[in-house]
Amino acid sequence: MTQPNRLDDGGVLIDRSHKIKFFFDGKPYNGHPGDTLASALLANGVKLVNRSYKYHRPRGIVSSGPEEPNALVNLGSDATHEPNIRMTQIELHDGLDATSQNRFPNLDADIGVLNAAASRLYPAGFYYKTFIHPRHAWKYLFEPVIRRIAGLGKAPTHPDNSQYEHTYAFCDVLIAGGGVAGLVAAKAASEAGARVILAEQTERLGGRLLVDDDAEIDGKPARVWLEETIAALEAMDNVTIRLRTCCSAAYDHNYCLLYERSGDRGEAAQVRHRLWRVRTARVIAATGMIERPIAFHYNDVPGVMLASAVRDYVKLWGVSPGEKTVVYTTNDDGYRTALALHEAGRTVRAILDSRKDPSGPLVEKARAAGLEIRPNTGIGKAKAKRNKLEQIETVNFDKPEAPGKTMYCDCVAMSNGWSPVIHLYSHSGGKALWDEDAVMYRPDPANPPRGKDAEAMVFVAGSANGELTTDAVVAQAAEIASEALSQLGMKTSAVAPSVTAVTETTTVPVWCTPSPGKAGLGGKHFLDYQNDVTVADVALAAREGYESVEHAKRYTTLGMATDQGKLSNINGHAILGKTLGKTMAEVGTTTFRPPFTPISFGSIAGRETGNLFKPVRQTAMHDWHAAHGADWEPVGDWRRPYRYQRGDEDRDTSIHRECLRVRNSVGILDASTLGKIIVKGPDAPKFLDMMYTNMMSSLKPGKCRYGLMNNENGFLMDDGVVVRLDEETFLCHTTSGGADRIHAWFEEWLQTEWFDFKVYVANVTEQYSQIAVAGPKGLELLGSLDSDIDFAAVPFMGMAEGTVEGCPVRAFRISFTGELSYEFAVPVSFGLALWEKLHAKAEALGGGVYGTEAQHILRAEKGFVVIGDETDGTVTAHDVGMSWAVSKKKEDFIGKRAMERSDLTRPDRKQLVGLLTEDPNEVLPDGAHGVENGKAIGHVTSTYFSPTLKRSIAMALINGGRARFGEVIQISTAKKKTIRAVICDPVFYDKKGERQDV
Amino acid sequence: MLLIDCPCCGVSGEETEFAAGGEAHIVRAGPGSSDADFASYLFDRKNPRGVHFERWRHAFGCGKWFHMVRSTQTLEVFGVYKADVTSPPQDILDRVEAARAEGRVK
Repeated sequence: MTQPNRLDDGGVLIDRSHKIKFFFDGKPYNGHPGDTLASALLANGVKLVNRSYKYHRPRGIVSSGPEEPNALVNLGSDATHEPNIRMTQIELHDGLDATSQNRFPNLDADIGVLNAAASRLYPAGFYYKTFIHPRHAWKYLFEPVIRRIAGLGKAPTHPDNSQYEHTYAFCDVLIAGGGVAGLVAAKAASEAGARVILAEQTERLGGRLLVDDDAEIDGKPARVWLEETIAALEAMDNVTIRLRTCCSAAYDHNYCLLYERSGDRGEAAQVRHRLWRVRTARVIAATGMIERPIAFHYNDVPGVMLASAVRDYVKLWGVSPGEKTVVYTTNDDGYRTALALHEAGRTVRAILDSRKDPSGPLVEKARAAGLEIRPNTGIGKAKAKRNKLEQIETVNFDKPEAPGKTMYCDCVAMSNGWSPVIHLYSHSGGKALWDEDAVMYRPDPANPPRGKDAEAMVFVAGSANGELTTDAVVAQAAEIASEALSQLGMKTSAVAPSVTAVTETTTVPVWCTPSPGKAGLGGKHFLDYQNDVTVADVALAAREGYESVEHAKRYTTLGMATDQGKLSNINGHAILGKTLGKTMAEVGTTTFRPPFTPISFGSIAGRETGNLFKPVRQTAMHDWHAAHGADWEPVGDWRRPYRYQRGDEDRDTSIHRECLRVRNSVGILDASTLGKIIVKGPDAPKFLDMMYTNMMSSLKPGKCRYGLMNNENGFLMDDGVVVRLDEETFLCHTTSGGADRIHAWFEEWLQTEWFDFKVYVANVTEQYSQIAVAGPKGLELLGSLDSDIDFAAVPFMGMAEGTVEGCPVRAFRISFTGELSYEFAVPVSFGLALWEKLHAKAEALGGGVYGTEAQHILRAEKGFVVIGDETDGTVTAHDVGMSWAVSKKKEDFIGKRAMERSDLTRPDRKQLVGLLTEDPNEVLPDGAHGVENGKAIGHVTSTYFSPTLKRSIAMALINGGRARFGEVIQISTAKKKTIRAVICDPVFYDKKGERQDV
Repeated sequence: MLLIDCPCCGVSGEETEFAAGGEAHIVRAGPGSSDADFASYLFDRKNPRGVHFERWRHAFGCGKWFHMVRSTQTLEVFGVYKADVTSPPQDILDRVEAARAEGRVK
């Protein structure tokens, strides 16, 4: 387990005194503390790390940071499994276990590579053009096969047992990026007294200053200045530095998300990922730049890397990715990589420079070091052997048809200039401008993202603003920081450091290198490694009419997936422009959307998983129900007992027992979930007359009335019994799921329309438990209670107040079962006690509990509607046969005007009817449609087997149904079977209502 | 996520504390109104790219409805005011005009 590519010296981040053992595809390797998975694998000479998305081409590590398109791995297994993590951002730790993705059976011998052999058949838009016919083949043949061969990591199969959390933070200045610009800005802000959060995505501060230390700052070597500055910031009380924390997004009004990988380093961390929800007055985006690759023939073979990344590996981790390296550059910065390799004792085969006459201090230094420089030359072609780079062939830009020179090498370091990371500026609408001279998009200072008071929210500092040299970076960062601070009314005492830096000339980019010999023919010039998009694909998209940059993106998939085109976008847009004969500014750029790099689903969920995802509302009797066999039914946020199971009996057995119990003796039901809203005040009668379709002002104190509620469209939205407690006080019952909605509805009208009404509204749903006692033996049960209420004297739809078994109660004589019935409301603390008393008495009489399903059957036998079953938001009171509940006297109420619309008074509207199947044992499917002459004429709204009537019953909404009693219609079912049923009155049982009003 | 000031309780809170309630200053058309007026009351809503007068409710706070004037384009907030008025206060209208004059909003 030697590390063949580990240099003898260097590597400022690693601790050579310790070794770490880790696994990649099951094979053990050694690394050092401070390594990333990428640097450790490179040190071990591992070049092939992945297979590409579409062609399954062998791929290696390209970059050293978050822009990495290729080196994605599965991390962990089972409950800790996480796919698509960039190796370049994984800190090495003991026992780390990573596996490669998108290969079968393994990386070296992957059968999907057959795709590459047939790659001429897969141009841009291949899927759109090909898999159209036959239609069902997509679902059963094409998609499963494509999903198997094209893809990234595997989705986890086990529940994630890690913890994640959300944390809130507030500050004056949030600085994204801990490089030199971020540090200068942080110093300025901290000395101005601002509350500062400095978020850095890696585990270290200093950015490129750790690699490129050829500048002097304040007369000191850059490294010394860096150490002093970090120490000074750490000593400030008003500065919070968060490492391994990426500023993922800058949303509206400066709401920023920071994604902290707090526990991804092997040790047992309490929190794996933390999502910081930060509200800041200003953002300073010191997010740096990302180097651009160069398109050339087979520029994707393992060993072809960004020049800056090669330099990072040498200087930060003491790793040389290759023995022999060819540098291919379009600017001066590439020479730094050549010099770094040379100084580390590795061979630089040649520096190929696209420029005709490269000059400047860095070029001279390379020349003085004896390095071979070939101007006006590029890499025409790369060739791999055994899945890694073996040789390149040069091309002369003036004579591309001439054969080039072959150079054997195992690494290419390429540099095509730099693109500022302006994502945070763009997330909330800041605009970017193409700078033709600097060859990059820069933030447009005239169009920043704006906040609540139209202030500029995001300020871009340093190289993120397009500054290339350390002196320019420092000066601009200091200036932009003081501008941001002055907007906050703050002034910094910090003086911008003076910097002596090496001068550089600008890049002359190469968007596509011609191939030597038969120029431009054959082979692939990759733009987007992650999506296997080539120069030819983008050019084809342009020729086929996908001229808009957004269309070309979607057609070719350029810039999609986990890296979001961090390396590929600019190069791709340039090719699009070249094909269309447009400038970069005319082509424009695609929209930057958060997050900057992918964040884990765990971090988004935070603690809101499992029981904490959505808390369940429980009545006072919840535990009692659970202990007595409750089979739960969700109703709104509540859980209600659907039925009470005895032993392992089936559902129908319990439900039928509970139904017959109510019809024949006595049953009790927990009705606590019913909404209870108090409406109080001198104008309460007037207000309720507006809210209900029927008249409520005429209700006498101590009486109950069933009420219907419309929305302004004239459709039913809720129902319930209204009780007038006294002249000015009403208690409005709502459906179980509707209490919060109806309370809000009342408030809305009171606050926004009739704000002159003197009315208060309070939702007291959870203050009272409610218990229904129903059945012919109900009075006998109540008579055996210790109570001061004469129940027999309470009339139907009447109310009494008093005590029952020591509990203060209101008793309402109302019925939703059709039986003699009382509902008791007690303060919630008495709920369980009263329930247990009533239950014991009911059992003594041969009765007991009933659940919601029995309640539903009982009400259906009586033809009572349930809002949401018989209604669906398009049904009026007239449609369900309740015109009696719509006042003709009232001048106005919600929905009155709408009910006058011609469409709502049509005689052939769907109307509520009963259905009796010809076969009494056949229960209609819920929602089944009635069909006549090939057209749907309505649908089943409620359907049950009635234990009372010993046959099936159903309610349905049928076109003009009330005029069709006695007619037989066909009900169509999903099983292509039709069932014959007779239309009838929806009241199936006790039509005269004699049982409830004894 | 917007930062919203509630004019009723004075709290400045996250958008998730509030519920949006659509266009403000819609005049209710009740019984006796023409079909056209009634349809307009129910369904016609502005959807401007620019200044919008909106209803909001401090749903997870004081519970009060209020109005907010906001640019749907830049999310600039020109002001908030209580729901018990039929037209916006002049100082907010002045701020909107000033922003229009500066070309910040349509």
